[in-house]
Amino acid sequence: MTPRTKGIRTSKLVNEIQPSGIRKFFDLASSMDNIISLGVGEPDFITPWSVREACISSLERGYTAYTANAGMLELRVEISNYLKKQFQLPYDPKNEIIVTVGASEALDIALRAIVDPGDEVIVVEPTFVSYAPLVTLAGGKPVSVGTSVEANFRLMPEQLRAAITPMTKAIMVSFPNNPTGSTMNYDELEAIAKIVEEYDLLVISDEIYAEMTYDGNHASIANIPGMRERTIIISGFSKAFAMTGWRLGFVIAPSDITSAMLKIHQYTMMCASTMAQHAAIEALQNGMDDVGKMVQSYKQRRNYFVKSFDEIGLPCHVPGGAFYAFPSIKNTGLTSDQFAEQLLLTERVAVVPGHVFGSGGEGHIRCSYATSLDNLKEAVTRIDRFINTLK
Amino acid sequence: MDSKEKEILQLIEENSRIAVDTLAKMVDLSEEETVTIIKKLEEQKVILGYSAVIDWTKVTETETVTAMIDVKVTPKRGVGFDDVAERIYRFPEVRALYLMSGAYDLSVVIEGKTMNEIARFVSQKLSTIDSVLSTTTHFQLKKYKHDGVVFSDGEEDQRIVITP
Repeated sequence: MTPRTKGIRTSKLVNEIQPSGIRKFFDLASSMDNIISLGVGEPDFITPWSVREACISSLERGYTAYTANAGMLELRVEISNYLKKQFQLPYDPKNEIIVTVGASEALDIALRAIVDPGDEVIVVEPTFVSYAPLVTLAGGKPVSVGTSVEANFRLMPEQLRAAITPMTKAIMVSFPNNPTGSTMNYDELEAIAKIVEEYDLLVISDEIYAEMTYDGNHASIANIPGMRERTIIISGFSKAFAMTGWRLGFVIAPSDITSAMLKIHQYTMMCASTMAQHAAIEALQNGMDDVGKMVQSYKQRRNYFVKSFDEIGLPCHVPGGAFYAFPSIKNTGLTSDQFAEQLLLTERVAVVPGHVFGSGGEGHIRCSYATSLDNLKEAVTRIDRFINTLK
Repeated sequence: MDSKEKEILQLIEENSRIAVDTLAKMVDLSEEETVTIIKKLEEQKVILGYSAVIDWTKVTETETVTAMIDVKVTPKRGVGFDDVAERIYRFPEVRALYLMSGAYDLSVVIEGKTMNEIARFVSQKLSTIDSVLSTTTHFQLKKYKHDGVVFSDGEEDQRIVITP
């Protein structure tokens, strides 16, 4: 037996991962006043009132006890109906859906349920900052595949094929994507699915932004024949229903995988919060009109923001979903870190440097348009002034 | 009416002061196309006017009193309620007028400087109209929400500056 290294108190796995690159900008921005923040990765709407009211009512009626580990069956039935209606995804509420503490937990238990030590998981980047560290924490090895603006940040089949090794277990994709806003349509996903099947891989598909698909309908890779059996879909209430602070997500997968995930969930989280689950039932039953209004507002702001970026000389591909613009800052000659820091210090606009989202992100900044139109206008004015000082 | 026209109407209803160039970008049209649509909607009387929602209680010296009056009337042959409704809505004091189902026929919203002014309007102008059978006046005590706008300072953005 190898003796443990004395003096080192934290685990090797944790020591392997780095703190999020966003942290540095959070610390810097938090110390300043009068900032226009485009760095916020959550809706600027408050949870619809009827949903908040359902939570209050849940407490009033005394629902303060645990629920079933997988979540209230009533909620899982609602989730199942919702998935069928919105995305043509049929899943059995009894054994193919688990309600989780946010989509973050869903990602964690999905990875821990499928990854063995040494397994490789392909992470399609730029993407949400948690994926690669979560693979590491699950004992796996994240393998980064970078997408580019030239390909509209879509995963190209040949890129996937080149990254696969005998150790590859799964790929992690997220469309609509944070931070690029990029989406992939059915045909494009079909080409990916063929390779996934050929190499007998699993897919973790984070579809938390599915409702925020602006041009055409959202396509899930699980819709493709043969893929349902090898796909784990991550979703939740945070983005569509403006419920980030509620920490309520869900994961859907074939029952052999959900039963594995449920073991981890029951020993770590036990169950998601009861009052939040009651609120989520109300959200699914009566909240879709609110979702529609919020999505329309995001789309209008996207249109405004992207056109404005193009006008001031920061080329920006049109994001098909989510609420982020990911303009290129390459023609300024600055790195994304330099750009974000100087912009914050001189014009007090907070954006997130693209490199923190992984390969393919450098040369871009993530700007959330989940903020008021007035803020967007002022931000564009200030960014324009900033880039003019660089000329 | 196409979806772009509806979208423009919704945005103007929310903020009638929105600049045309901003509006055009938001609905993904050119400025010229947007101006043409607005002009057409004005000509078609779909857009009837541009107004502001003001909380007058925050403006001292300009406090007003608002009352809602339930009016029972006798409809006239041939013109139904329209004739008496027109006689009522022509008064400048009348801010809104609706034909209602239920216990009374017309709902009249009146605004005046004082309660006396409203009382005078009801007794001297409204009640004296031939078709009017009875009136019940309710004074508005406080405005919480009007035309979809909540009369408070609103909920603050609680989000932290940068999130993942």
